[in-house]
Amino acid sequence: MTNEQMTNGKMENDAVEEVTLGAVFASKAEERVSVASNWKLVWWRFRKNKLALLSALVLIAFYVVVLVPDFFATQDPEATDAKLAFIPTQGLNLFDGTNFSPWVPAVVGKRNPVTLRMEFKIDETKKVPIRFFTEGFKYKVLGLFETNIHLIGPQDPQSADWLYLFGTDRLGRDQWSRMMYGTRTSMTVGLFSVILSVILGVLLGGISGYFGGWPDLIIQRLIELLQSLPTIPIWLAMTAALPQDWRPEQVFFAITIILAFIGWTTLGREVRGRFLSLREEDFVLAADLAGASRLRIITRHMVPAFMSHIIATSTLAIPVMIVSETSLSFLGLGIRPPAISWGVLLQEAQNIQTLALAPWLLAPGIAVIIAVLAFNLVGDGLRDAADPYGH
Amino acid sequence: MTNRPITQSPNRLLEVKNLKKYFPIRKGFFRTTIGNVRAVDDVSFFINAGETLGLVGESGCGKTTASRCILRALVPTSGEMIFRTKEGASADLAKLSRAQLRPLRPQMQMIFQDPYGSLNPRMTLFDIVGEPMYVNGMTNRKERVERVAELLRLVGLRPEYMQRYPHAFSGGQRQRIGIARALSVNPRLVVADEPVSALDVSVQAQILNLMLDLQKRLNLTYLFVAHNLSVVRHICDRVAVMYVGKIVEMANTLELYAAPKHPYTAALMSAVPVADPRIKTGNVELKGEVPSPANPPSGCYFHPRCEFAAEVCRKDAPAFREITPNHFVSCHRADELRLPGIG
Repeated sequence: MTNEQMTNGKMENDAVEEVTLGAVFASKAEERVSVASNWKLVWWRFRKNKLALLSALVLIAFYVVVLVPDFFATQDPEATDAKLAFIPTQGLNLFDGTNFSPWVPAVVGKRNPVTLRMEFKIDETKKVPIRFFTEGFKYKVLGLFETNIHLIGPQDPQSADWLYLFGTDRLGRDQWSRMMYGTRTSMTVGLFSVILSVILGVLLGGISGYFGGWPDLIIQRLIELLQSLPTIPIWLAMTAALPQDWRPEQVFFAITIILAFIGWTTLGREVRGRFLSLREEDFVLAADLAGASRLRIITRHMVPAFMSHIIATSTLAIPVMIVSETSLSFLGLGIRPPAISWGVLLQEAQNIQTLALAPWLLAPGIAVIIAVLAFNLVGDGLRDAADPYGH
Repeated sequence: MTNRPITQSPNRLLEVKNLKKYFPIRKGFFRTTIGNVRAVDDVSFFINAGETLGLVGESGCGKTTASRCILRALVPTSGEMIFRTKEGASADLAKLSRAQLRPLRPQMQMIFQDPYGSLNPRMTLFDIVGEPMYVNGMTNRKERVERVAELLRLVGLRPEYMQRYPHAFSGGQRQRIGIARALSVNPRLVVADEPVSALDVSVQAQILNLMLDLQKRLNLTYLFVAHNLSVVRHICDRVAVMYVGKIVEMANTLELYAAPKHPYTAALMSAVPVADPRIKTGNVELKGEVPSPANPPSGCYFHPRCEFAAEVCRKDAPAFREITPNHFVSCHRADELRLPGIG
């Protein structure tokens, strides 16, 4: 018997053994599935949803901006120059002819003899060369170290031709740079208030669902009360009650808490429902009969069973928070200047005159739409992938 | 129940006396109790060490509720459940608190009906089978790995499967895992709640034979809850028949199947298919609906459906009495009736 035959014989024996033991796993791929944890299965399912995957990448990009907005900004967001108001959007061109050499058309200003207003026009004939990783104003990366490197900027920082990717507002502030900072505020408000709502919702919903009885009754009535209140007037009342002399950071945290105060109710309901159904699951009873403590049953059996659902639900809750913050700030009741958020930026586009003269001031609105859409698509994808066992 | 026939015996592992489990029916804003569902209504039986007692009945008759009361997954409304512990002491399971119950938990384990819902999909086999050992003090991981491997081998699975998750297994294999988990803490009493009802017929026999084999090897005592009389006949030493929360008959399997004394048992027997078309079974047909345990009929609960019902059946509830040695029945007319069995 040759070596090869022996191996074959052994393999046959193994195969027979597999069959007698009732196992049907032949290939390596199946074995990989067999030992895949819940999170792996969720990820494999989520991965199949290309739209959600793309949206997740968009969100990652947004949060990179949240981490280092200064790096993406081209100018100091607070720098005003009344002489440079309402400069239109300069289109960024990556190629000069066939060579990779990014440039933007220059902006030329002319005073309108009738209105005596400076009016800016794009001059396509004059090219301003643009370079990546250029030097600009100084800033601190995450408050750790100082640098002056920016992603994009004019080749010659000293030149008179500035870079206004999304134009300027009525005070001559660079819209693009301001949007980077607005992204930081708006995206973190959404994230923080959802994290707060998750904590409140899981805690109160968990108590409600696990213990039942009168705590459940009280918490459920509270949720109904909060959900029956019209949200906008409540937010208005609460934000109007904030002291006027609070610093922007204080207002920021207050807004986060106010948004979470109403936002936890949906999640609380969800968690309660999960607890109620999980309490009746056989595997929970099995752990109970084995003598496991209540804490162990909750942490090892119940919480992991609804964690993926909580993550999916909270992902779907973030855009609601972002829109809420934007609306409040737009109405002048949320985050206030000099702090920058998408809502604050959109305040600039409140009157028809600015809209007619400078439609580029609506750009933050597009950022809101993209962020909200991305969150919703990722949330939907997560929700579909959250239960890979298909009950 | 005045005429209680059950007597003390050194061989008794569990003795259930007058067990009741009522679920209150609540209504209205203030959730006032307007009635009770008598899921288990004054049930008495016993299980001897090393035997298998079958608990059979239609769905909704309270057999699952009774079995869960014994394991104290539910708190009984009243009654006694005397369990002889490993140490030889007697404990009334009905009266123990959660903390007092904990040291007794490993001695009573359960095999579940649904092989899908009973295994946590987020845990590996090692964690599932090892959890009862872990919570009962076996914290050494290496020891647990060895024991889990041994248990998996015992129930006919490969020890290498330890790292897999339950989604990799079929219903029958999952049931084996459930059995391994139940056995991990060396229980004396195993309550099997319809352990094969959710499985394919071809797999049912494998699991039943495994259970019988394990019983012999590990000296287990089973309380086997089922609605399938053929399965019960195959595995049980004695059978108790439940109807609307009460046990109507309890006897040795052979005797019960050959000569049922209660008309309800006889009716169930006649519903068992026999694989020989020449055999004529005396057909006792069941008419009408199972009464609601929230509003049971007067007298004997079975009288509206019983073709032998007499006046006394409508008025008085029959006592659960020992009609011949070890054959208990609760029927007024048990002495006079000659009912067909399927011996």
